[in-house]
Amino acid sequence: MSLPNFWGYRRENGRVGVRNHVIILPVDDLSNAASEAVANNIKGTLALPHPYGRLQFGADLELHFRTLIGTGANPNVAAVVVIGIEPGWTQRVVDGIAATGKPVTGFSIELNGDINTIASASRVAQQYLQWASELRRTEHPIHELWVSTKCGESDTTSGCGANPTVGNAFDKLYDAGNTLLFGETSEITGGEHLVAQRARTPEIGEAFLKTWNAYNDFILANKTDDLSESQPTKGNIIGGLTTIEEKALGNIQKIGKRCLVDGVLEPAETPKGKGLWFMDSSSAAAEMVTLAAAAGFAVHFFPTGQGNVIGNPILPVIKLTANPRTVRTMGEHIDLDVSGLLQREINLDQAGDQLLDVLARTANGRLTAAEALGHREFVLTKLYRSA
Amino acid sequence: MIHFVVHSPADSTGVVVVEGVQAGQTLTGWIMDTDETITIGVSNDIPIGHKLALVDIPNGGTVIKYGHDIGRAVSAIKRGQHLHVHNVKTKRW
Repeated sequence: MSLPNFWGYRRENGRVGVRNHVIILPVDDLSNAASEAVANNIKGTLALPHPYGRLQFGADLELHFRTLIGTGANPNVAAVVVIGIEPGWTQRVVDGIAATGKPVTGFSIELNGDINTIASASRVAQQYLQWASELRRTEHPIHELWVSTKCGESDTTSGCGANPTVGNAFDKLYDAGNTLLFGETSEITGGEHLVAQRARTPEIGEAFLKTWNAYNDFILANKTDDLSESQPTKGNIIGGLTTIEEKALGNIQKIGKRCLVDGVLEPAETPKGKGLWFMDSSSAAAEMVTLAAAAGFAVHFFPTGQGNVIGNPILPVIKLTANPRTVRTMGEHIDLDVSGLLQREINLDQAGDQLLDVLARTANGRLTAAEALGHREFVLTKLYRSA
Repeated sequence: MIHFVVHSPADSTGVVVVEGVQAGQTLTGWIMDTDETITIGVSNDIPIGHKLALVDIPNGGTVIKYGHDIGRAVSAIKRGQHLHVHNVKTKRW
């Protein structure tokens, strides 16, 4: 199958997005109320409330800024209104987003109060929304689409069907020159040697193992039991997954058979080129997908077994499953049913092509199940306690 | 009808992919890597997504799936029995 072109929004920095959001981005928890009020005033804008941004420091603070700036910079976002309690950190987020060339303005609440801030920010948000509403999609080759993946509420059918389907699609996108992402550091445990073997160079393999070892040491230092019910989760175990090794071997089916690992990223770090990138990240669904969006990815493949319902405010999340019971009981959450794979009704190559078809339709504007159902989980990764 | 799937011919366990499997049933399995089918009788009810043992595994023995080590048996498991957290544990954590 030749991969189709897609229709997206060319942004000022050259990246192509598939959604056209105007977001109201709080720098900190204190600014959620004002941000939500602006989004309520200006219909069609989207507030992204979150619980953090105060008294963070060191690497945790850097990750906070990188995630907020990356979210605003994502090509699925047309323009951004930033609101923070004080002007300093607000301006830091504004400057980071402004580097893309897209419209962004910051507002701070101290010396203004919520009501004046909401009024000023609403006027700018209205201008941005009306400006963005006149932007038009243009046609682009598929390799300009950045695609991330992470699975969730996995069960044994994930490793047999849904994850290999993503792997088949990833192999084809890799050959086409796309930029691709996987992660979930703890969930590679049991298959870490197999991922290291897939590194393009020995140095990349060493960087991957260093990242994996650091995460594993953190778990070993903090665990109070064998992590059963945490990794694998209670839901995984109900679905039939027994150990982390089994879960990991199923998980890494998502990187296909031919893709090589071209680099290792910090959480929320943007890749420097095409190819398959590994991001050091939590295996919790909303945390990892939020980091993928902050790194600049435009569409996400989310294979599930038992039926995870996650979405993201700016990154369309495409769900697929090979579990026929999940299709029957939670069909409204599923964008692609590949349960036919497990009855030999379709082969893996056909399943991969079906996913690429859903990818193109989603990129062209078709809403995912998660978008239609209003799933907008925006969950910042926090590395440690605040000061 | 495929009742269970097996990734690799080296595997000691397979995954039930249909609902309602009951003790005493004879199941048809598909080995995906080699595209062969096998049959096996099960001695427990096994929910969809859960695994059955394809061979006898001694207490302490390694369980193989995807052709790789997925953990150790913590009691002896007979061919055709339900294989899960009650009789298999991780070697990692």
